[in-house]
Amino acid sequence: MLEIRGLSACIGDKEILKGIDLTVPQGEIHAIMGPNGSGKSTLGYVLSGREDYTVTGGTVTFNGANLLEMEPEARAIAGVFLAFQAPIELPGVNNANFLRTALNAVRRARGEAELDAVQFLKLARAETKRLHMRDDMLKRNVNVGFSGGEKKRNEVLQMALLRPKLAILDETDSGLDIDALKIVADGVNALRSAEFSALVITHHQRLLDHLVPHRVHVLSQGRIIRSGGPELAKELEQSGYASLIAEAA
Amino acid sequence: MTFLERYETLLGKLPGDSALRAAASDAFRSAGLPGATRGRPSEAWKYTSLRSLAETRFRSGEPKHEAETILARLPLLDVPRLVFVDGEFSDRLSVHIANDGDGTAKSAEAPLSSPGSLKIARFADQPDFGTLTWPDREPMVALNTMLAEDGVSLHIPANHDCGTIQLISVATTDADLHPRHTIRLDAGAKLTLIEMSAGEGVYFLNTVAEIHVADGAHLTHIRLQDESLTAFHISTTYAEVAATATYDSFTLNIGARLCRTEVHATLAGEHATAHLNAVQLLMGAQHADFTSVVGHLAPHGTSRQTVKNVLSGRSRGVFQGRIEVARAAQKTDGYQMNQALLLSPDAEIDSKPELEIFADDVKCSHGATVGELDAEQIFYLRSRGVPDAEARSILVRAFLSEALDAVTDEAVRGSLERAVESWWQRNKA
Ligand SMILES: Nc1ncnc2c1ncn2[C@@H]1O[C@H](COP(=O)(O)OP(=O)(O)OP(=O)(O)O)[C@@H](O)[C@H]1O
Ligand SMILES: [Mg+2]
Repeated sequence: MLEIRGLSACIGDKEILKGIDLTVPQGEIHAIMGPNGSGKSTLGYVLSGREDYTVTGGTVTFNGANLLEMEPEARAIAGVFLAFQAPIELPGVNNANFLRTALNAVRRARGEAELDAVQFLKLARAETKRLHMRDDMLKRNVNVGFSGGEKKRNEVLQMALLRPKLAILDETDSGLDIDALKIVADGVNALRSAEFSALVITHHQRLLDHLVPHRVHVLSQGRIIRSGGPELAKELEQSGYASLIAEAA
Repeated sequence: MTFLERYETLLGKLPGDSALRAAASDAFRSAGLPGATRGRPSEAWKYTSLRSLAETRFRSGEPKHEAETILARLPLLDVPRLVFVDGEFSDRLSVHIANDGDGTAKSAEAPLSSPGSLKIARFADQPDFGTLTWPDREPMVALNTMLAEDGVSLHIPANHDCGTIQLISVATTDADLHPRHTIRLDAGAKLTLIEMSAGEGVYFLNTVAEIHVADGAHLTHIRLQDESLTAFHISTTYAEVAATATYDSFTLNIGARLCRTEVHATLAGEHATAHLNAVQLLMGAQHADFTSVVGHLAPHGTSRQTVKNVLSGRSRGVFQGRIEVARAAQKTDGYQMNQALLLSPDAEIDSKPELEIFADDVKCSHGATVGELDAEQIFYLRSRGVPDAEARSILVRAFLSEALDAVTDEAVRGSLERAVESWWQRNKA
């Protein structure tokens, strides 16, 4: 279970998150929507431990552990995974090596046996096939020269291999074609279990058709101004954020 | 004893042309060690001073360390090797070339046999000072010319593929060593020469090599400098590349307190190619200077240089690269790139690229970048569970990969990658 209480964070002297309260019970999928610049990506980064953000208040516990005290790699090992809104390019780093290094780092820390190159490739090929990714994506440098959609698929591939307990998908649906959208949703659905939860950041109802959320939260100017069931997303699709924001003000 | 004093005591005992040595000693006497004499430092030694070298006294004595142990630490390949211990050829540690250059290693039969048509000789037996060097212009070449005692002379006859040969220097005592090598590839000949140097103690290795690559010949020249961190390493290479010939070099500098690699490559014939790639990995207070002068004298020449520095601690990297294009060298294609990755705020890089072009139809470019590891990239890796130190190591190797990829032989590249890895381990410690 993820429990966020009164979380505030700033970058430099700019306060971006202004007291967020959010609970995601195990087994649930929650969607986060909200206007551009409202702090959605910031929330994802703070949860995964990016150092340029300073947490100025509040607590975050994940399955009982104090998440905010953990290094980014320790959070990954504990099961937190952030699919980046803008995945990072790593020139000179082979994608297959990157994926295997990450997977083995996590397996090692979890006390599982590391995979050798052959075992890994077998697993990775099965996943790329499921995600309808071309085989040569494994041979190329991480995200370098990947199309927008290919980068997003590569994020989903990492998620599928690392098998997180909390997946934070930051606009993973943006820039994806309709078929890919379904593949991403399938990727998340394949991980679903009583121990798995997800925070799905999105601007579109479409993904939520495939990935029906238990709750939908609206983030505006660093605060959650409204929470509701899946119907809230549909409502927003019709009416936009303006009236909600006016109401909250 | 100073270098000049030692020269005086050795007068008459050194092999080869004594007039040449006398001239070199005059040149060295008037120039002195760069940076160690009064007056303005020369432009060629702007960023590297040999004052610390001048203040160190070397003396040859009993070996203090085991040559075998030092040798065993090098990422050696299973190919013939010529080993010099404290500047002197060691028959015992060398692995000779079995037969007509098929590259098969076989333990020593006859000392420095010249199997088949390949000719190998010791400088001590057949001193060869070559014809390309400039003792009058380069004080370190003058010093070498004055004191050289041993080295190797390799001569690969026309159209002969000699495979791979390792040329290794091991230092076991606090001496100053001045190896002198000559490498000649006749037309259409081929060789991969791997030079490695290592040692223990406070010693000074001052190598001069002269290289001739005749028409259509191809020399791959790989160097790994992994000297003791208290040693001084200076190497000066002159390479002359004839028509359609290739001099493809890669230098990896890891060790030594102070290192200077100076290369003068002359593209003397049409369609000649020279690659002067290098990687310098430094930590602590190490200083390494890669200086190159590429002379395009004939049309259609191609030169490529990618020099990468990874600098941690208070280390200092230097890159000086000059491309000279003569009036006759139309259609020259010259490229030079110097990149530095600073792993610490106290590390420093000095980069001086120079183009001197007298032909009008040429394509020459150079560039330089300096940066740190990218925080976003580190975070991306860590967010996938990769520990911080491993993330940094991955990114440093990624930075180097472009330069290392220029080494096409997989076994050789593997051995260099092992050296990079051991540097990283040492750097972390
Ligand atoms: N490094 C930074 N320096 C200054 N401001 C920043 C920095 N990073 C983010 N911000 C600001 O923080 C606010 C929230 O950004 P964030 O990326 O979290 O928004 P978002 O809700 O994800 O928006 P979008 O829907 O466009 O992805 C924005 O106003 C942004 O400009
Ligand atoms: Mg965002």
